[in-house]
This record gives sequence, structure tokens and C-alpha cells, in this order.
Amino acid sequence: MIADALFLGLEYEQIVILTVGSLVGASCALVGSFLVVRQTAMLGDAISHSVLPGIVVMFLITGTLSSFYMVAGAAVFGVLTVFLVGLLNRTGLLHEDASIGVVFPALFSLGVILVTRYTAGVHLDESCVLYGEIEFVALDDWLVGSRSLGPRAVWITGAILLANLVLVCTFFKELKVTSFDPDLAASLGISPVLLHYLLMITVSVTAVGSFESVGAILVVAMFIVPPATAYLLTDRLNVLLLLAVVIGVASAWVGYFFSRAFDCSVAGSMAAAAGVFFMLAFLFSPQHGLLGRWLIRRVLARRFHEQLILLHVQSGTGRTSLDSLAARFNWRSGRVVAIVDRLVTAGLVEKGAGGVRLTVKGKTAIEESGTLPLVHVD
Amino acid sequence: MEFTSIFIKVLLGASLLGVVAGVMGCFALLRRQSLLGDAVSHAALPGVCIAFLITGGRDPLSILIGALLAGFAGSLFILLVVRGSRIKEDSAIGIVLSVFFGVGIVLLTYIKRLPVGNRSGLDTFLFGQAATLMWKDVLLFTVVALLVLTVIIVFYKEFKLLCFDRSFGDSLGLPMRRLEIVLTSLLVVVVVIGLQTVGVILMLAALVTPAAAARQWTDRFRVMLVLAGSFGAISSGLGVLASSSIERMPTGPAIVMVSSSVLIVSLLLAPGRGLVWNFVQSRRLQKRIRHENLLTDLYRLGERQKNWERTVSAPTLMGMRGQSGRQIWRTVGQLESRGLLTVDGDAMQLTTTGLDEASDVVRKHRLWELYLMRRLDLPADHVHRDAEAMEHALTDEAVAEFEELLGYPQHDPHGREIPKRRRLS
Repeated sequence: MIADALFLGLEYEQIVILTVGSLVGASCALVGSFLVVRQTAMLGDAISHSVLPGIVVMFLITGTLSSFYMVAGAAVFGVLTVFLVGLLNRTGLLHEDASIGVVFPALFSLGVILVTRYTAGVHLDESCVLYGEIEFVALDDWLVGSRSLGPRAVWITGAILLANLVLVCTFFKELKVTSFDPDLAASLGISPVLLHYLLMITVSVTAVGSFESVGAILVVAMFIVPPATAYLLTDRLNVLLLLAVVIGVASAWVGYFFSRAFDCSVAGSMAAAAGVFFMLAFLFSPQHGLLGRWLIRRVLARRFHEQLILLHVQSGTGRTSLDSLAARFNWRSGRVVAIVDRLVTAGLVEKGAGGVRLTVKGKTAIEESGTLPLVHVD
Repeated sequence: MEFTSIFIKVLLGASLLGVVAGVMGCFALLRRQSLLGDAVSHAALPGVCIAFLITGGRDPLSILIGALLAGFAGSLFILLVVRGSRIKEDSAIGIVLSVFFGVGIVLLTYIKRLPVGNRSGLDTFLFGQAATLMWKDVLLFTVVALLVLTVIIVFYKEFKLLCFDRSFGDSLGLPMRRLEIVLTSLLVVVVVIGLQTVGVILMLAALVTPAAAARQWTDRFRVMLVLAGSFGAISSGLGVLASSSIERMPTGPAIVMVSSSVLIVSLLLAPGRGLVWNFVQSRRLQKRIRHENLLTDLYRLGERQKNWERTVSAPTLMGMRGQSGRQIWRTVGQLESRGLLTVDGDAMQLTTTGLDEASDVVRKHRLWELYLMRRLDLPADHVHRDAEAMEHALTDEAVAEFEELLGYPQHDPHGREIPKRRRLS
């Protein structure tokens, strides 16, 4: 039946993996955006690690690996992590980074010890924690009685995405104001603490839902990298969310096809693809990329040099020689020639024997930009 | 449990690592870069894999070098992203950590399908397996430990400046950026050699937890370094002991559990900073203030009636500070057992020592009032509240100095007599 369905020439298994990957990418990017703009990205890392003890403790209590208990256990431990970090931080004995650095390894160790000692033979090994098993999501169907409702992971990650969407749409304004101006939020009667914990619960639930597919460490990549990439591309929060989701989904697709081509870890490739997107934005973003910033700086420097020369020529009597300009600013004569040539091309100065002088156009240009901060005083 | 050569070897290796990781952790902690170690340990993975692919996995040293280079590249990349864009440090660390690790996993799964022989070295980098340490490794740890400690001792002053007052270092003309790179390189070296013992995820705890514990016990950097090294060594030692004597107890997590316990004890009990310590101190202070307040109340009542021998009833005292009868009686009981007052039914009376003690506190109170008025020109009706707090805090030496400064005054601003010093300290 469905197993034979073809879409864009993809097999059923591929469609399921791509769907799960996209759902994970989108839901992680949605909540991850707030982690990035709130500068609490590493709390996401901490939470994704405390998923393990949450699952183990829940397993030891209930004796099952059912999805509901896993999500509940992870949410409890995620909030516990955030609470402990906040508590340590508030005592003033440790800074926040150190608090994070001591809390989650301790909880993770506890989880590993519990796994090793008490859950022998249960399918809960460390490699699953690290890599995830998105390769096999199509094989695990959700059975109600004897009827199959399709792959379980699609239902779980879909439900999580829906929950995240509802949360972000309902509390968009509140999340925005608490992220950028907690004091204003408090004065408006919006509790930053309450929203902080709401967000952290969401991060925990998203982490555990994604963890089955992409693993604990790579879920960090999906939380942080697409939003950070989007953060380099826009200054508006709603655009940032949209871009982050698009980049998250794109990372899942690119990663999947890369891993198909080279027969390697799907989750790892997704993280690597997200990294490539980040590098592209880091280098080439028009406003915030290295290249963009370099270009803007170059344009500003050129404009400044031109104005400097114009004003200097204006203050001189008669023609100003290029040599005197070079000597005045201690520039190489080649540089002066290049700047003057640009001014000549723009028709602002004219060259003649003995140097340059302003054209009529150049004079009006200076008069019009009367607010120029540069006044030549000798 | 027997002290086999394997056990001693592992114990030695882990303890050496504990010392250097603890020491390096102090720098990370004070420079608020605790999580950098996490990024470096994750970033090392692709280096390990690439080195494995190049050499075919035959040479452990080349794998270490690969890890070093990748870890160093990761830390440089964080620096580049933070300096070169609007991305903040926390996101930059998260990006490097997860992307480098993702690339590492890709390479790892690729290697796992290759038909090459010895791949066992790779998994130990992920989770750490102290049991696989060899004498060769212990020797390497010793060399690295000596190297790291030597560099730290030689550049102790410079590194200290880097942690506490970087701009002062710049103003002295010290090459702070180069020192920063040296320090980061040392961190990378320590992280990479630690991976094999405690693994990628728990390396962070080996660095930060002992340093965080050491920080609680001292305000001196030198002492903190020594303590962090010791805590690191002790935690590693006990962790190895636990994992070798308890069945199915992984070494890395056992080490982290021990060091976390050390941290919890430090956070609670460390003198001067610990939570319990502070609680006890503030309780003690509150008790002293309660005692001194009741004594001065009795003094003032006696002063009003020009007779300290008369007994005072508890309800009279209740009116003075709005305390309940129970509160008063509790304090009275404590003062009685200290021999500062005698109780007879509902009435009480200061003893001679009690009167001495009370007049001493009142003396401090009134001298401070006078000092505030004469020296700071505060009006007479503004000084009482301040003196009410200072009377509990002033030392005898300070009071002696004021008295001289004020010319041995007889009366306070309100015209009441300043009691003479009676108690001999």
C-alpha cells in the first residue's frame, strides 16, 4: 500500500526520514531562535544532555520505554537542570557558565551510571544517545490494536512541532519582550521567569522528541545553528523565526541526501549541513557577514577619504597640488591620485597644471552637505 | 580488591589528569570560559577521525595530534565568530561543539564501514575508557602534566593578570593576546589527553567541577590552583577505586560523581562563602544583636530611674521593641545562662558583668552618634538609627580612637551621659 507510494521519485522510507528530519529541524529552530536571542544557547546543550537521566529514571520507575513517559521524564529533568543552574547562579557562588558546566555533566553521569547498572539488555545504549536512529524511523509504526497509523516518529515530532507553533504564536509578544527587555516585560506585568521556564519546558520536550531521531548532541546543532545563521541575515524576530525554520528544514534535506551519497550518519550530516549554511551566512551575509562588513567598511573609508580631499581642496587658495595633499595626510601619492581620479570622474574637481580645484558641481556638493563634520582648521 | 599493576597504572594516569584538568579549570572558571572546554572536547572528534583516515589508525600519537589540531581549530573558530560577527559567545560555543561533532560522527560512521583493522581506539575517545590506559599513556600524561605545570609556574603572574585585569596587563605592554593563545593551547592539550580517560561529554566536568569547588575555599589564586589540582586528583583516584571495586561502574561518570560531591560539600560548608556557613554566621550575629539590644534596653530603663539595681518586669521590656513575651523570655534565658542577668519570677536585674557589657554597647552607640554629628554635621534626630546598627559592629579599638578624636566627651547629642569604659578587654 503506502510502502509502494512514490513522491518526487522518493521511496516510502526516504519520505518518512525526510518528513521526520524536517519536523525536527522546524521545531528545534522555532524554540532555538529564542535560546539564541536570549543568549542562553548553552542551556539548550545542558537540557539536551539531561534528557538521558530523565529517560532512565522514568524507565526505572515505570518499567516501560513508552513515548509519553520519556517525554515527561525528559521535561522534568530539563526543568530540573535549568532550576539547578539558576539556583547555583543566584547563590552568587558560581557564574552562569560554570553553573551550567557543573550541573549537566553531573546529571549526565548519573544517567550513564543508572543505564550501566540497572538497564542491561534494554534498548537504551549510548550510541543511540549520541547519533540517534533516524535511519530506522520508517520501520517503527504506531500500532493501535492491530491497525497501523504510520510511523510513530512522524506523529511524535509532528505533535511537538504543532505544540511549539501554538506556543510561539500564542506568546510571540511575551517571548519577544522578555527576550529583549526583561525589565520592560516585568513592568508590563509579564513575568520573565514564568516565560523562561515555559520556554525551557518546551526545549526539553523538543529535545526528547528529536533525540530519538538525531541524538542528544546533534539536537544541539538543530537548536542553535539554524537560528544563529538566521540571526546573521535579519534584524526582525519574525523573519528570524521563519528563516531559521527554512534553514533547519534545508539542513535536514541537504544532510540526508549527502549521507545517502556517501553512506554515512544521517544525523551527523544534518549537523554538518547546518554548519555549512552558517559558514555561508558568516562569510556572505550582506549586513552581518565578514565580506559584507568588509565591503561596508571599505565604502565608508572611501567616502571619508573623498570628503577629506574635497574639503582640503576647498580651503586652499587657487589650485592644490597632489604632492601637498599627499604630504598633508601622509598618504602615498598613488592613493591620492586614485582618490582624485574618482573625484574627477564624479565631476567634483578638475585637474590642471599645478594641481586640482573644485568644479561648480563640487562647490554645490560641499554646500549641500553643510553638516559635514570636517572643518579644516590649520 | 588487589592492587594489580593495571589498577595502579589507571589510578596514576587518572590522578595526573585530574591534577592538570583541575588547574586548567581554574583559568577557565575565572575567565568565565567554563564551557570552552566542552566545545574543545567535542571539536577534537573530527581531528581524531581524519588522523585515523590518514595514518590508517596505526599510530596513537598521530591521533592525539589530530585531536589537538581540531580542538585548537575549534577554539580559534569560536574566537573568529565572536570577534567577526554579532553572534555571542554562547551561540558560538554551541555551534562549534555541535557542528564539529556532527562532522566527526559523519567521519566515524564512514570509517566504521572501511575494511581496516584496529578501530578500537576511536570509541574510547567518545566515552573514555580509563581501563584501556597503557604505561605509554601514563608516561605521556606525566610529560604533559609537567609541561603544563611548568608553563603555568613560569608565566604565573602573566596568566593571573589575564584572569583578573587584562587591560592592566595591556597597559604594562605585556603580549596579552599571545598569552591568551598560550593558555588556550594548554587547555586544548589537557582536554585532548583527557578524552581517553573520561570521554567527550564528561571532560567538561573534569575541568570545571574541581575548580568550582576550589574557588569556594579561598580568595587566593595560588591556593585555588593547588586545591583544584588536589580535588581533581582525589576525585579521579576515588572514581577509579569505585569503578574497580564496584561491578558495572563506569570510570568517567564515577569520577564526575565524586567531584560533584566535593563541589556540593564546598558550596555548603566552605568558610566565608558556603551556604550553611553563611547561615550559621548570620544566625550567630542575629543572636548577638538580640542579646545586646536587650541589655541596652535594661541599661536605658535603669538610667531613666537612676537605679540599675531595681528589677524590671518582662512586660516593660515588651513595650520597648515590640517583641512578644516569648521572644523576650528566650533571650532572657540565654542571657541568664551567660551570667549577665538574674531572674526572679517575672522580674529581672542586670548583674555587674551584665551592666558592664550593656554600658559598653551604649557607650559605642552614643560615641557614634556624637561622631556623626560633629564630623558629618548630621542633625541630632538623624543619628539614632545609624548608631543602632553600628553599636553591634564597632570594635573596641575603633571606639578608643573616636573617643580621642572627639576629646573624651561626657555627654551624647541628646544630653545623656556616655558611660565610662568599665570592662577590661
